[in-house]
Amino acid sequence: MTSRHTVWLVARRELRTRLRARSFLVGTAVSIAILVGFVLMQSTLFGGERVTRVGLSGQAAAISAPLAEEARSLGLDVQVSTVRDASAGEAAVLDGDLDALVTGTPAALHVVVDESLDENLRRALNTLVQEEVLRAQLAAVEELDPDHVLGTVADATVDVRSLRAPDPTHDERLAMALVIVALLYLSLLLYGTMVAQGVVEEKSSRVVEILLAAVRPWELLAGKVVGLGLVGLAQLTVVGGVGVVLAVVTDVLTIPGVAVGTLLWGLLWYLLGYLFYATVFAAAGSLVSRQEETQSVLLPVTSVLVLAFVLGFGLLSRIPNSSATAVLSVLPPFAPILMPGRLALGTATGWDVALAVVLMLVSVAALTWLAGRIYARAVLRTGPRLPLREALRKA
Amino acid sequence: MLEVDGVTKRFGDVLACDRVTFDVAAGELFGFVGGNGAGKTTTMRIVLGVLAQDAGSVRFAGAPVEHAARRRFGYLPEERGLYPRMRVLEQLVYLAELHGAGINAAHRAAEHWISRLGLREHRDTELQRLSLGNQQRVQLAAALVHDPLLLVLDEPFSGLDPLAVDVLVEVLREQARAGVPVVFSSHQLDLVERLCDRVGIVAAGRIVACGTVEQLRAGTGSTLVVEAPDAPPDWASGLPGVTVLGVHSGQTRLRVAPGVDDQPILAAALATGRVRGFTHHHPSLAELYRDVVGVGSR
Repeated sequence: MTSRHTVWLVARRELRTRLRARSFLVGTAVSIAILVGFVLMQSTLFGGERVTRVGLSGQAAAISAPLAEEARSLGLDVQVSTVRDASAGEAAVLDGDLDALVTGTPAALHVVVDESLDENLRRALNTLVQEEVLRAQLAAVEELDPDHVLGTVADATVDVRSLRAPDPTHDERLAMALVIVALLYLSLLLYGTMVAQGVVEEKSSRVVEILLAAVRPWELLAGKVVGLGLVGLAQLTVVGGVGVVLAVVTDVLTIPGVAVGTLLWGLLWYLLGYLFYATVFAAAGSLVSRQEETQSVLLPVTSVLVLAFVLGFGLLSRIPNSSATAVLSVLPPFAPILMPGRLALGTATGWDVALAVVLMLVSVAALTWLAGRIYARAVLRTGPRLPLREALRKA
Repeated sequence: MLEVDGVTKRFGDVLACDRVTFDVAAGELFGFVGGNGAGKTTTMRIVLGVLAQDAGSVRFAGAPVEHAARRRFGYLPEERGLYPRMRVLEQLVYLAELHGAGINAAHRAAEHWISRLGLREHRDTELQRLSLGNQQRVQLAAALVHDPLLLVLDEPFSGLDPLAVDVLVEVLREQARAGVPVVFSSHQLDLVERLCDRVGIVAAGRIVACGTVEQLRAGTGSTLVVEAPDAPPDWASGLPGVTVLGVHSGQTRLRVAPGVDDQPILAAALATGRVRGFTHHHPSLAELYRDVVGVGSR
């Protein structure tokens, strides 16, 4: 009997056991529901906490204090700074370090933004310009014509220039990015934990002893990882597919092509991320002998996933174009969650994706080797938690 | 058929197996006897490939044991364990397949052992819902379900009710008759004596005696029970070639060295007064075991 057949037998048991469990159906339904609520909640949270960073250049530096005051009265949280010159400011806007660059004289302000100007900020700036114009009109008081003054003041608004054409689908893309980030985080966490729990179940029930009399440790590990991975892939496909169809049918999404693409990229990154995390979860699980100890031994691994998720949500919704987002989205522990988000936003270049995939594959290979060693050594040891150092040493 | 040759295994400072050597022929029932921690389980796990030995070799049918050969062995581990949430039939079919059986053969064999071991009403029950005794039966079926070429059973009788013990004895004899070498360990020495063709006694990781019970007896002489109610407790102490095993309500148990004439013993007994009994016994395996391992009852 070949190893491939053995791995398939083990995987098939996992598939049957999990797919037949009621918890799979309930879990799928609940994750759809959680997802919807989660995204709604997150979007309001992020909306409320937003700080708008404005850079002032040249004579516009004079509006620093009034702008801060005006913004506060509009309920806008503005952080004002002075930039050396206009070109440095524009670079900062492109990088996402500044939300808006303001130049020109107080009576004729020019605003440079990445895609579009925040409406509250526009109102604040307009008020400042109009006050300035009004002040000039009042200075020439002998020729005062009220209608003329009001007309001039009303015409005085800031001049806005966008560095990039605003993307009308940006909000939809951002929503999809956040959904795919959340879905991948949940899937990786859930199925990684299942792998660890499966390993611990076999250890704590001692069934591993007769299993290892028939199959090699790596065959048992590979079968478990493959089986649960397929279950997770099935669930993600169902949840994602239902989500895309519902969103398109209800006109929430107007870009079905991008939605399907996002889902497909998401599935690919699920597979890569699952292979990355599952073997680590399995190795961690093999260090303990009782289910009660599973959570504590998994904590370092789940922490990395949580960090990736929190970073992904924050970076993608606030500074999707920053170099920090680009760098983190290529690094293996974060890539499976960040990269599909960037792909949904359409901000990832082909090179970014290629580099991230290569780094991912290399680290999957290295981790599988390492985790396989730890697992093979630790899986038959019962009793207290096995220190990692001991599991790595030659048995 | 199974040859264990010089198998040595060390855990830190503990030498669990020290050049353990024995062989089991086709169709032979081999009893593995020894105290807790003597090295029985470690030896069995090495035979099954669950542990790797530091030195020595295990051969089966003349060839060093590889993964493919081990897959056809049947194993009942000392620490029992199966999937608690898996149904009995499914579990046995799965294990048979893992051991290389085709799906149809696996189903047939699983059904066969389920009815043979009296589990038919539980075939679709989750293992964790069965009584401990029935879980033991499933565990036994798991060792047998793939039609093994060698059976290695670690304490198969512990936790079995008397009826299940009878079934197991029958099954083991049947397997041996079919030519399967059977190795099992047990603390129930009377059972081992009744069942086994040959016995290996292990102490502190070494095989200290190995052979048929007759062979083990050969060097030890016999046990003589003398019933002399009037005799003082130490009446036999000075006799050459005689060891006093115990004195209990007028009965004196003596170990008589091989080749020693028993007539002077009878004469000495008669000298103390009445003699009501004078009987030779073959030492039981339990007595032999105590002799060999050295924790005597004297």
